[in-house]
Amino acid sequence: MTVADPAAAALAEATQGRRPSGGMLRYTVRRVLTALGTVVFVIVVNFVLFRLLPGDPIGLYTRGRNVSAQQLVKLREQLNRPFLEQFLTYIRNPFSSTLSSTKYNQPVWDVIYPHIWPTVLLLGVSTILSTVIGIWLGIRSGWGRGTRFDQVTTGWTLILYAMPEFWLGMLLLLVFTGGTLAIPDLFPVNGMVTPGVDTSTPAGWLDVAWHLVLPATTLTLAYLAEYSLVMRSSLLDELGEDYLVTARAKGLRDAQVRRRHAVPNALLPTVTLIFLNIGFIVSGAITVETVYSWPGLGLLSYDALRGPDVPLLQALFLLFSLSVVLFNVIADVLYAVLDPRVRT
Amino acid sequence: MSADASTPSRQPISGKALARARMRASLARNWREFRTQRDGMLGLIVLIFFVLLALTAPLYIHPDAFDVAQATGPSMAPPSLEFPLGTDENGLSLLPQVIWGSRTSLLVGFAATVISMLIGASVGIASGHFRGWGGATLERLTDWFLVIPFLPLVIVLATVLGRSLINVIIVIGITSWPGTARLVRAQTLTAETRPYVDRAKALGGGDWHVMSRHVLPNVMPLVMANTVLTVAIAILSETTLSFLGLGVPFAISWGSLIEGAFAHGAISAGAWWYLLPPGICVILVVLAFTLVGRALETVMNPRLRER
Repeated sequence: MTVADPAAAALAEATQGRRPSGGMLRYTVRRVLTALGTVVFVIVVNFVLFRLLPGDPIGLYTRGRNVSAQQLVKLREQLNRPFLEQFLTYIRNPFSSTLSSTKYNQPVWDVIYPHIWPTVLLLGVSTILSTVIGIWLGIRSGWGRGTRFDQVTTGWTLILYAMPEFWLGMLLLLVFTGGTLAIPDLFPVNGMVTPGVDTSTPAGWLDVAWHLVLPATTLTLAYLAEYSLVMRSSLLDELGEDYLVTARAKGLRDAQVRRRHAVPNALLPTVTLIFLNIGFIVSGAITVETVYSWPGLGLLSYDALRGPDVPLLQALFLLFSLSVVLFNVIADVLYAVLDPRVRT
Repeated sequence: MSADASTPSRQPISGKALARARMRASLARNWREFRTQRDGMLGLIVLIFFVLLALTAPLYIHPDAFDVAQATGPSMAPPSLEFPLGTDENGLSLLPQVIWGSRTSLLVGFAATVISMLIGASVGIASGHFRGWGGATLERLTDWFLVIPFLPLVIVLATVLGRSLINVIIVIGITSWPGTARLVRAQTLTAETRPYVDRAKALGGGDWHVMSRHVLPNVMPLVMANTVLTVAIAILSETTLSFLGLGVPFAISWGSLIEGAFAHGAISAGAWWYLLPPGICVILVVLAFTLVGRALETVMNPRLRER
């Protein structure tokens, strides 16, 4: 639960003697520039890491494909060019150039593209659900600290937090589709649509939704734990604050103090965490998509890993990293919008 | 050290002895505090149980228990008197495998945490201590590593390095340090504003002296609480790696048992005895580490005492 706290970092920076220079725009520009630096770092890492792979690189890049001797010579010649030149070729277009998936024998981007939407759908639904439920649970248990509700909620969220999400997914599958307990055909075992169903019709959407239930439930349960715990502890942080005493002294009802005063302040860290996490759950979906054979980026990563389909793995790693960088910038800017103190 | 100055009238005690006595006193105080934390004690008991289980496993489990050629049971049999946790796809009893699995999971968890803590604490202290480009570079590096998504990086590194026990430990260790580094850096910045650090510098204390004698003792409690939480994450990582087939080759771990259940159709066969025990063990151990870590945080950080 090592949650980075931007407010604390900003405060620490302020104590170093940096003058707050103010301005939402300047702050945003600085964040974006920092993110661009990170993008360069990510691309360099991606380039270097895959050149450290043991074995014959040509063999890894062409495994299982029919490659003519001429092409092999050309590839080898490409890899024999100066390191810097190779790097320049790579950064010019990290998703194409010589990169072709060894398993699918197509440019990596063509392989990746159809897998993006299933992942966006799955992660979108489970992020919204886990956020709403997690925050609600966190508020209720934090506000009523020590109550029965708090004890039960905190206990269960800690257990969910300790649970490998793919194990939870398998457990749900076991309960709902396998074994003696299961009601036959209540939920499908795997995939995103029933073969032959057209996904552009309302009936097709229902079919997708039906397939979505179990994987989305798994990810929702897996991620709401963290949101609930963070929401609870940041609400507890606010409980001792003077402005709550003032609000109570004004004669506001308990619910009003909670909704109008405590929760908006306590929401800050949780909201940032949610955006920071969106980047991470993109990659966290790898195991759950594998369990449910959900045809998204996670399952594709698993397939690429099994090969190993090195060019595909490389492109996926880049895509995951870039999405994390993007959501980090959004989180930073959003935090500054919500909390003027960090605009240093 | 300052310890000498504070006891001028009595028999001169060496600074080291005094420091040791103080440390012992503070440990005793912390332990008394920790014992009042019910959840933390519960976690500690669970941990001791699993560590003992892992250490003593070779005393009562014979390697033959994992030899497919000597399997005696039927394939995927439900629990019985002979096989208390049922059997796997090869007809091997699952109970000894689950017990044996604790060895890999705990070993990888502890060893990876040591690496992670060493990197995290040194980078954190150094980036907080050194102003100028050195500290800034380390800070940037931490931020960059924080951004690279954990699991894909682990997968890529595991693919690049190849599979072995050491590599699994290294991979988890070098991917889980940035959070610690950030925490330690913030604490270092706070510690360095204290007057006694200025005093040490004024008396000619070098970078190394300040970092090792003044900052380190200050961040140690934080590092300790964080260590315990990191072990939990490292164990979960090992489980995930094993599930993806990137774990320690030929070793039985809880993750590899879950992978086995997945790969050999335990779900469609309704073989709950194959799936449940390794998962429950992971949850118990990770939960225990989390509880101990939270209790330690509470002991070390009085601000959290109210929770």
